[in-house]
Amino acid sequence: MEIFQYAFMRRAFIVGIILAIIIPCIGVTVVLKRLSMMGDALSHSSLAGVTIGLLLGINPVLGAMISCIVAAFGIEIIRKKIPQHAEIAIAIIMSTGIGIAGVLSGFVKNTANFNSFLFGSIVAISDFELYLVIGIGLIVLLAFILLYKELFFMSFNEKGAELAGVPVGLVNSIFTILIAITVAIAARTVGSLIVSAMMVVPVACAMQWAKSYRQTVVFSALFGVCFMIVGLCLAYYVGLKPGGTIVLTGVAFFMISIMIKKFYRR
Amino acid sequence: MNEILSLKQLSFSYEDKSILENVNLSIKKGDFVAITGVNGAGKSTLLKLILGILSPKQGEIEILGEPMKQFNKWQKVGYLSQQVLKKHQQFPATCEEIVKANLFSQIGFLRFPTKKHKEKARAALEAVGMAGYEKKLIYQLSGGQQQRVMLAHVLVSEPELIILDEPTTGVDQEAITAFYELLKKLNQEKQMTIIMVTHEMQKSLEYVNRQIYLQEKQVLEA
Repeated sequence: MEIFQYAFMRRAFIVGIILAIIIPCIGVTVVLKRLSMMGDALSHSSLAGVTIGLLLGINPVLGAMISCIVAAFGIEIIRKKIPQHAEIAIAIIMSTGIGIAGVLSGFVKNTANFNSFLFGSIVAISDFELYLVIGIGLIVLLAFILLYKELFFMSFNEKGAELAGVPVGLVNSIFTILIAITVAIAARTVGSLIVSAMMVVPVACAMQWAKSYRQTVVFSALFGVCFMIVGLCLAYYVGLKPGGTIVLTGVAFFMISIMIKKFYRR
Repeated sequence: MNEILSLKQLSFSYEDKSILENVNLSIKKGDFVAITGVNGAGKSTLLKLILGILSPKQGEIEILGEPMKQFNKWQKVGYLSQQVLKKHQQFPATCEEIVKANLFSQIGFLRFPTKKHKEKARAALEAVGMAGYEKKLIYQLSGGQQQRVMLAHVLVSEPELIILDEPTTGVDQEAITAFYELLKKLNQEKQMTIIMVTHEMQKSLEYVNRQIYLQEKQVLEA
């Protein structure tokens, strides 16, 4: 196929498929724990790390990773301080992230580089970023498989899980780090503004068809991969931006799923 | 061990607002206790104290023979909250997955369930009259059936004490009667100790062997 003649497209597919598997895996827990806004807050916070990275001359992905981890724990700390208004924590951290990114972006000389983090630059992935995505992707997937039953239990009954002996605090901390590093590595490739959509849309589609939690996880990853492949092909052949095309492919499938289900219910 | 739960001179207040004052209560093995009272009487606060979510300002709590501060055998306590039942309206999981989740203490951290655990989950569903529903999604069931599945989720870990927080909220009268009958059967046949917070004062009286009424920061026994 013509599309695979280019090394940058082969790279885009490898990175895209890895991300398309791990982002929805994380997304299932994010959606079921009603933390969808957290993905949004972290993806925006990653931009603060990107600008700091660009200004200090360190790898922006590394900067995004650090800022995401700090933001994720920041949300938890604020939540504990004001439990009666826990949702404010996400808004405060998101605003802080956007604020820092907005102010510091004025000092970034190469604005094209900064902009590539907003909507991603999946066809311009360096060797370092390729290996980073492969390495972190494997870590996230392994952690998700090992914590599968703990995350499931905590998603529907956190107090029950705690009573049953699940180390809820530890699992929550590990999961927070998993979200943070996933968002950070995805920021470069699919874009900070799109990663949270990739966390939610495949899961929303899977929930329309799955007949169990396990199927929800498997379908989410499968849909994620399908949207990635279709989105990248469309982007290549029609000349569209890959990040947005991938997400819109997912949204289109979600709308079709809802219509089909509605039709069959009649 | 005959005494499952003991509260001695227990007092609790939220900042300046006193909720419970010098409460004494002893629950024995095999008791089926209904805790009732008007809204704001302190029923949920009492449950939170028993579950160690809140700490008393004064007094002592002993659970399964151990002081609350030292107690760590929480897997012997089955807890079903009203919030969990509400959450299942959209949760994409089968009855078997829901029940099997509570076998955590038997499966272990970072380990995977085996066929034995699957069979235990099926047996628990059978015990609550939900055999054959293993592969059904929980949100596709009626309110009464969801309650039974959640009870199986609690029972599967073979707890010594079951605590239910308003388990019949949003369920029709027929399902409430069936649920209470099931609880009575478990209590009588398996000597299971059950503490249940409920608004159904009259109805629950037909099934429980003790009814405790919370009023003016005190517990009154019917």
